[in-house]
Amino acid sequence: MLTLHEGNENSGLTRDTNKPRSETIDLNDSNLLVDISDALSERDKVKFTVHTKTTLSDFQKPDFSVVRQHEEFIWLHDVLEENEDYLGYIIPPPPPRPDFDASREKLQKLGDGEGTMTKEEFNKMKQELEAEYLATFKKTVAMHEVFLQRLAAHSKFRNDQNFKIFLEYDNDLCVRGKNKKEKIAGFFNNFTRSADDIVLSSTQKDIDEFFEHEKVFLSEYYTHIKDCTQKADKMTRAHKNVADCYIKISTSMVQLATSDSKELEKFLGKVADCFEKARKIENRVSSDEDLKLSDTLRYFMRDTAAAKDLLYRRLKCLANYETANRNLERARAKNKDVQIMETLQQEACEKFESMSKLAKQELNDYKVRRVAAFRKNFVDLVELELKHAKAQVQLFKSCLSTLKDELDQ
Amino acid sequence: MMSGSGGDEIDLRDDNEPETPPHSSNNYNEEQSSFHTPEEDDKGNKIAESSESKATLMATSVTTVAEPQNVKTTTTAASAKSDQKSDATSDHILEITVGEPNKIGEGMSSYVVYKITTKTNLPYFRKNIFSVNRRFSDFLGLRDKLAEKHVHLGRIVPPAPDKDAVGTAKVKMSKDENLSSADFIEKRRSALDRFINRTAAHPVLRTDPDFREFLELDTDLPRATNTSALSGAGVRRLFNRVGDTVNKMTFKMDESDPWFEEKQNQIESLDQQLRKLSASVDALVHHRKELTSTTGAFAKSAAMLGNSEEHTSLSCALSQLAETEEKIEQLYSQQVNHDSYYLGELLKDYIALIGAIKDVFHQRVKVFQTWQHSQQMLVKKREQKVKLELAGKTDKIPQANEEVVEWESKVNRGQEEFENITKTIKVEVEKFELNRIRDFKASIIKYMEHLLENQQQLIKYWEAFLPEAKAIA
Repeated sequence: MLTLHEGNENSGLTRDTNKPRSETIDLNDSNLLVDISDALSERDKVKFTVHTKTTLSDFQKPDFSVVRQHEEFIWLHDVLEENEDYLGYIIPPPPPRPDFDASREKLQKLGDGEGTMTKEEFNKMKQELEAEYLATFKKTVAMHEVFLQRLAAHSKFRNDQNFKIFLEYDNDLCVRGKNKKEKIAGFFNNFTRSADDIVLSSTQKDIDEFFEHEKVFLSEYYTHIKDCTQKADKMTRAHKNVADCYIKISTSMVQLATSDSKELEKFLGKVADCFEKARKIENRVSSDEDLKLSDTLRYFMRDTAAAKDLLYRRLKCLANYETANRNLERARAKNKDVQIMETLQQEACEKFESMSKLAKQELNDYKVRRVAAFRKNFVDLVELELKHAKAQVQLFKSCLSTLKDELDQ
Repeated sequence: MMSGSGGDEIDLRDDNEPETPPHSSNNYNEEQSSFHTPEEDDKGNKIAESSESKATLMATSVTTVAEPQNVKTTTTAASAKSDQKSDATSDHILEITVGEPNKIGEGMSSYVVYKITTKTNLPYFRKNIFSVNRRFSDFLGLRDKLAEKHVHLGRIVPPAPDKDAVGTAKVKMSKDENLSSADFIEKRRSALDRFINRTAAHPVLRTDPDFREFLELDTDLPRATNTSALSGAGVRRLFNRVGDTVNKMTFKMDESDPWFEEKQNQIESLDQQLRKLSASVDALVHHRKELTSTTGAFAKSAAMLGNSEEHTSLSCALSQLAETEEKIEQLYSQQVNHDSYYLGELLKDYIALIGAIKDVFHQRVKVFQTWQHSQQMLVKKREQKVKLELAGKTDKIPQANEEVVEWESKVNRGQEEFENITKTIKVEVEKFELNRIRDFKASIIKYMEHLLENQQQLIKYWEAFLPEAKAIA
């Protein structure tokens, strides 16, 4: 049977996660540092080793690690989202579910086609798949890490009790995946919420220009960034396919070379070699575009969605406030329960105002974060594209010169 | 016999060929070595010029094969050889270009004509530069005529491009110059150009009266109805082909010539490998087309995102990114053309040419069969004669004698024919190999150069974008 060398990934991963990634996220005061030091893929599950380094006195030890699974990350996100105290904050988007289905499917296909290929071609395809699997794996780990690091860097969330438990509690958190009933309920919830959202956003007048503007902007922006993410994904996938085609061409050429006349044998061999090298570079182009372009877009698609959620919550809060106002007026008219209604109205007003203030700050932060991330990733992307294109230029130049030498002989 | 249908000129020459074996073999080697000299200068040049190099090349071969017979009385082999060098570079030119496709008429009865321009100084053409209009079916008709006359003599007749009913219908129905039909016509035009120049590169085919008429005759050729798949001839051809296939499967010739045994295996495996490579290249073309369209879609989407982005410099950078990706899309689409032209078409041409080689191999088997049959008949007739002599039926003996003599001559003719075709095929296949090696090298190098150019362009595009990305603040 065909299996991927999953064992290898861990060692490779441990080596490079420790260094660069903790550097990329810059904490203003580094007394709570979280990273994923190791990850292990077991069948459907991925086990992440979450490592924390802290000087905060709330924690029992300054340096510790726990093992967490994807479901526990989702649980953490959900409890944060449900917490009333955080209504005014953008909840960092949860990491996407580890998805190795595409890789597995390809592996299956490869296994089925084993007989139709040469051993060499098969091995190359398998290597390519393993590399792809490893890349997906690394990406998954990175996205889970980013989620935790954003929480750790946030002035409010870093002190959250559940977050603390998540980082510190040495046993399984006993969160289970949602069962069917809950899933349906969740789906229904989502549905009513989005319906609610539409009703609210069309009926609820917002007096605040800032929020009115943000509402329009975010919903439009979300549509576009979502589309853009999908298109970028398709593009990188197509690029990957092109790179994979080079494998086939290269192996067919090698075969042709071995059965061909002496004059072409060497020539074609060199061309095949060139294709093989070009394929490696093209593959890197594809995975770097995925990492720098698609993933940035994807992250901000999710972040934009989270920001939209914040606006929804605020709008709901505004609706509550206005209901409280009406109730108070009605109470005054009837001269009944005025006192109670007044306090209620007061509370709603305060809640709404503090929330609006917080939300404003959060939305500005979101914008700053977005601009900075796009800048960094675009610059990285261009530099990588240039690096790869230059490598290819070099490759083709040297290949051409050896081919032309051959002609002169 | 079959030779009745062919032109007199050709048959004469074929009969002559065996008479001068030292010539042709000697010259042949000479030809091989001289192949390289004119060629190396051409190596770096454009594909468009390859027709020229082909023309020079075949000028070389013409002097070696055809001319010794024409000038046999006046020149020795040595002087022919010295002539040949100068001929190759200056004297004999036959440059043909297929260009300027023009659509005639409207709807289903419309067709496309191609302007064929010939530049030559060969004495048997009336003018030096001339052009005619020919349509696709004329090319097919030409190829059919050439095949009829030359394949049975063992000559490899370059195959004409495939018919493509869907593509043709699209062209017919398209009102204006729409993109896909222009693409189709251009592809066909270049395939026809390669076909006609390959034919012109052949020392004997280029002198064929039908070929010359095709290039020269200033009126429309009689419509070649036989080329249509549904015509009577098409059906007959189909039957013939079925018969041939059955024959190929049932008749196994004991190969006594080790050269043929080896070549046949070689050609067979070459065929397979080329097909495999061709499939891989097709896959590449397919996926790169997809990459082109997805990149275009991304560029549009990025432009939209740039429009809705409220941060000024980020919005600007996104629009610039969209523009960059749009340019890259163009680059990819050019690359698709290079993939399919320099690799895909090259391979398809050679797969078809290999088919033509198989045809001549098969033709040789057929000639062999006829010869064997005559031999068996001769044995039978001799036995009959002996029987008659033993039985003392003297009145029937003269007739039997006559028959024996008749079959003896048939055997001789069969043997001679077999020897001729064997020799011709050897020369033809060697020449094919040389051409193939040259074509492959030239085309692949050209392809690599385009890949290189493409990446250099890519660097320019990204370098132009880099300051935009850095300007985000």
